[in-house]
Amino acid sequence: MKITLNGNVVEFEGGLTVAELLKKEDVDMPDMVSVELNGEILDRDSFGDQLVKDGDTVEFLYFMGGGC
Amino acid sequence: MIVKLDQRLYEKMLAQAKEEFPNECCGLVAGESGEDIIEVKEVFPMTNLDASAEHFSMDPKEQFAVVKEIRCLGYDLLGNYHSHPFTPSRPSYEDKRLAYDEGAIYFILSLKKRDEPVLNAFKIKGRSEVTKLEVKIVEGGEFNE
Repeated sequence: MKITLNGNVVEFEGGLTVAELLKKEDVDMPDMVSVELNGEILDRDSFGDQLVKDGDTVEFLYFMGGGC
Repeated sequence: MIVKLDQRLYEKMLAQAKEEFPNECCGLVAGESGEDIIEVKEVFPMTNLDASAEHFSMDPKEQFAVVKEIRCLGYDLLGNYHSHPFTPSRPSYEDKRLAYDEGAIYFILSLKKRDEPVLNAFKIKGRSEVTKLEVKIVEGGEFNE
């Protein structure tokens, strides 16, 4: 399947959940990542169940924060 | 590795830091990465959801919108910046603990001495190993290595 991931068209074999996609993208700590699927921000609890389908647009980014 | 930052963009960050003082301000940094030089092309002030003098966190919805804007401009997301209203320009324990993106550049603007602000840029590996980058603030894009 082909999806648009962070602005780039990428191809994967077979179906994937969001959690599996993040793993393939070397995201070590998915709990610290926000994911937008077709314009909707996903609840982190759904990463393991939410399927990514052919033609989907996925964006992910790391939590950004800090302190002094 | 040298980070080239236009004076205008530095002033933009500084103005935001002063305006949001005593709270920390934050924002995203976009530009172009070369082999030896990273050139900052734009900075994007963001909302500090914490509205705190001691910590900051960005709003993911706002982050997604700005990241798409950065892409439309043809730039890369280089990293982020935040201010330290009362402490030096170095990654705090909290900054390191929350540095999940090893590819990002973390700019820290200290207002500890209000008349002598200090800006530094860092890479943070493994949420502990800090490397300071050289920042060159240039006037109107002029830059000599």
